[in-house]
Formats: sequence, structure tokens, C-alpha cells
Amino acid sequence: MALNIEDIQRIAYLARIEINEQEAATTLTKLSGILGLIEQMQAVNTEGIAPMSHSQDLTQRLREDVVTQTNQREAFQAIAPLTESGLYLVPKVIE
Amino acid sequence: MEWEVVIGLETHTQLKTNTKIFSGASTTYGAEPNTQACEVSIALPGVLPVLNKQAVECAIKFGLAIDAEIAPRSVFARKNYFYPDLPKGYQISQYELPVVGKGKLTIQVPATKHSEAYEKTIHITRAHLEEDAGKSVHGAVEGMSGIDLNRAGTPLLEIVTEPDMRSAAEAVAYAKKLHELVQWIDICDGNMQEGSFRCDVNVSVRPKGSDKLGTRREIKNLNSFKFMQQAIEYEAQWQIDTLEDGGKIQQATVLFNPDTGETRAMRSKEEANDYRYFPDPDLLPLAVSEADKARVKALMPELPEAMKARFEAQHGLSSYDAATLTASRDTADYFTAVVQAGAEAKPAANWVMGALSAKLNAEEKTIQASPVSAVQLAQLLKRIQDNTISNNAAKQVFDALWAAEGDVDAIIAAKGLKQESDSGAIEAIVDEVLAANPAMVEEFKAGKEKAFNALVGQAMKASKGKANPAQVNEILKKKLS
Repeated sequence: MALNIEDIQRIAYLARIEINEQEAATTLTKLSGILGLIEQMQAVNTEGIAPMSHSQDLTQRLREDVVTQTNQREAFQAIAPLTESGLYLVPKVIE
Repeated sequence: MEWEVVIGLETHTQLKTNTKIFSGASTTYGAEPNTQACEVSIALPGVLPVLNKQAVECAIKFGLAIDAEIAPRSVFARKNYFYPDLPKGYQISQYELPVVGKGKLTIQVPATKHSEAYEKTIHITRAHLEEDAGKSVHGAVEGMSGIDLNRAGTPLLEIVTEPDMRSAAEAVAYAKKLHELVQWIDICDGNMQEGSFRCDVNVSVRPKGSDKLGTRREIKNLNSFKFMQQAIEYEAQWQIDTLEDGGKIQQATVLFNPDTGETRAMRSKEEANDYRYFPDPDLLPLAVSEADKARVKALMPELPEAMKARFEAQHGLSSYDAATLTASRDTADYFTAVVQAGAEAKPAANWVMGALSAKLNAEEKTIQASPVSAVQLAQLLKRIQDNTISNNAAKQVFDALWAAEGDVDAIIAAKGLKQESDSGAIEAIVDEVLAANPAMVEEFKAGKEKAFNALVGQAMKASKGKANPAQVNEILKKKLS
């Protein structure tokens, strides 16, 4: 699968990363290289092998359903740019 | 042209846990903003999710209740999008390998003016675990949005159906059944006002007989069954009108406005959603063993279908009565308690579905909040059964119990409702009535059956309604023969 510069711009937009034309061109080369590597791997016969979703061959440990967190709002909001009445403030968003 | 409506539902049920799905922060509803938003909820750098055992058990319970495949291994994935109430920039959900696979739920669609009641099986595609987002508060500060992350990380089970429903009535019947089931197995409090049970409804239409699906529009966030009915009916008609006018349906997300009764497309985003799901490297695959399933199964209550069958077999109730009594767990529990307290099943069923239910409806009370307890109702039924009071008197006692005027025997005594069952006393009354109404006696002897009932009425009246009607009948018959 070949990527073009529009794909790069779109991926950057989806990730909310601002890149200029120069950076887009560099990124295109790098990402295409990665896709090339994946293409090579896809040539390997993997029939009958379960897809791996994690690099460690372990399963998830579970936590008991007990409240362990206390209210630390004051500490967290001390480092937030803007707060009001306990709310974190952000530029207005209405869909 | 005749059209067919095709409906599928996605329901977000908030799971009944003490803490969030990936952290030990409390999930109690209604707390002060951000007082339950820990470092995981607000996504400080470096924090790691640890999965809540209770949330997993809720998912297993649901899977068992709908007879579904429960995945021995399921995977958490990141669903990437940007919104201020989602501080990580992604929601942890499940994508390719959900914990609950294909299952089914049988619904009862109520009768209408045009059709009989019927049953239908709705196929469930999957159910997966995910975290809820926070809440945006608009208007508190001019030009700004406030973010409350108390809800961020609350465990949800998203339950997805096949496009199996063909009318608003079927969709509502499914939603109600699911709503009852998740409460029955105690995985969700079912509180729709607080958003514990929210439905997204996918609606499309197609010419009747076609096997191709039309383009669907998704009605988001319906939190009442009434609105769901209205929204689907409006949306389906809108789609039919649009197609009949030669228009085309664009896939879209729509919102229902309860004030106008209309659905309206949300402003379409410039960029189509592209969530770029991938397995979350912070979470290992979730393993559910046969032993886990067996352990959870042992914790489950008897399911409504099984209880219904048992009520029919054990108590000799009709299928309809058994279905009505098991429509909600609270009703089933109440009925069971009445029977356990010593009442006969059939009259208990009649009273629960009749007088009690009517009174609860009239005063908009739930059966849990019933002023007449199951034990009191059982006591009342025992007094009918042992002939202490008549059915008519029982209604008065019931009203008095409702008004908290005391216990059953005290009310019977205070109101003088005790039935006269002393045959000597009844005979005396009957003799008086016969002597006072010679014309009626003549009529009866001339073959008029009606005269007999009139004499019974006179005797009941003479006893101020206290005589046992069965005995009055018997004695009267004897005297007239």
C-alpha cells in the first residue's frame, strides 16, 4: 500500500499534530518505510497462528472492586491552566 | 409501495460497581465535580489502567443470561478521537475480540388495536466492556466549557443487536426486556434519568420483501421508552417520505427533540470519524476460564424464563400470568414472598396483578414501595381462604392496609367485617327473610330462578353483608326445597 502526501496530512489532522510541507515529505518517507517492512512480514505464512495482541504472553490481572482513590481535586487543579467551581475549563465546545 | 422498517439497537448499560473500570475511584452518582476523578480518570502521564474484576463478572453474567458465547480471551482496544471530556485522546473499549459474543433475547410484543401480542427472538451480535467519558458543562462560565471527569472511566457494557426489529413497538419491547434483564441479574441499576441505561437506535427502511438493507440513520442517546417510540416512528416516516419524494438517505447521526417530536441530523463533521482502533498495549488480553464462568453462574439468580416455567409447573399459573409476574424481578420477588408467607398461589397472583397493581399504578408507586407488604397481603388472603371475610370485605381491608390503618385482623375487627359463618345465626336470618318476602318465595316456586338470587341478596343485606354467601346459598336452597 503506497501512501501519498494527502494521507500524511490526514493522519496528522486526526492526531492533531501540526506539520509543515517539509515535515510531511519526511514523514511520508518514514511511514512508507514502515509499511514496506509490514509488507515483507505479510509474506510470511501465518496460517493457524493466533494473532498476538500483546508482546507478553500473559493475561490481564484483575483488581478487586474496592475504592482506593481519595479526592485529590485540589492538588490536580493546582496544576490545571483554568478551573472554576471544581470544573476544568476549556475553550467552548458545542457540537 | 409498502415499506419495511429495519431497526437495530446499541445499548450502553452502566455496570453496578463501586469503582471505575480501570481505577479505584468511586462511581457514586451526583458527587461534586471532579471529586471522583483520580489520576487515571484525568489521564495524567504515566498512569496505567488495572481492570476491575466486578466489571468483568457483570459482563460474564450478561453473557450467561442471553445464552451467549463468552470469549475465553478478549482484547481491549483504543478508540481514538479528540474531545475535552476524553482527556486521554482515546477511549478504552473492545473491538475485534469482545468479551460476549452472539446471544439471544426473547421479547413479548404487546397487543395493539391492529395486532395480537406475539413473541420474537432478537439476536444479539456482541457485548463489550468499555469506559464512559466525562461530562461537558456548558454555560457555567462565559465562552468556556466546564469539564467534570467524575463519570470518566465508569464501566459500561455496550450491547449490540442484529437489525432484527421491524417496528417501534418491537424496538421498545426489546429495550424494556433488556432493561428488566440487566436489573434482574443485578449488573445495572437501570436508572434512565441518571444515564445508567442509554439506547442508540439504528433505523433504515426498505421496500417490503427486499433483503437488502437501506441506508441507516442512528438516533443517539434515547433515555426514555416513550421518546424511543416517538423518535423511531418519526424517523421511519421521514425516511419513507424522503424516498417516496425521490430523495436519498444519507448515513447520519440524528438527535431526537422531545419538544417537537422530530429527529434532526447533527451537524456533519468535515472529517468522517476514523477511530483507528488498535489493541491497547497497557492492557493484557482478558482471560475467562470455564471455572470463572461456573463461579459466576453460581452467583446468578434464577432467570425470568426459568422462573416463568416454574410458576406454571409449580403453581399451576397460566402462561400469561406467569409472564406478567416475571416481567420484573421486583414483582416476581413480591409474589414469591406472598406465597412463602402462606397464601395460595392463584389468588396471590390475582391480587398482585389486580388490586395491588391497579393501586400502585394509580399512585405511581413501585411494588418495592408498596404500602401493603407481601406478608400483609398473604395474611389477608389467608383470611379469605379460611372464610373469615368475603372477597368484597377483603377489598375494604386492602384499602385500609394501604392507608396503614393497622394489621389485617385488627382492621377486620375494627370495621366489623368478620363473616357470619355460624349456621344457626344464618338460618335465623334466612327464616326472617323467607317470612318477610312471601311473594319472592312464590315466584321461585313458580320456576323463577331470579327470585332465588333476590332472596340471597335480601339475606346478605339483612346480615349487613357479613353472612358467608356460600352458606346462605346452601341454607336457602335447603329451606326452599
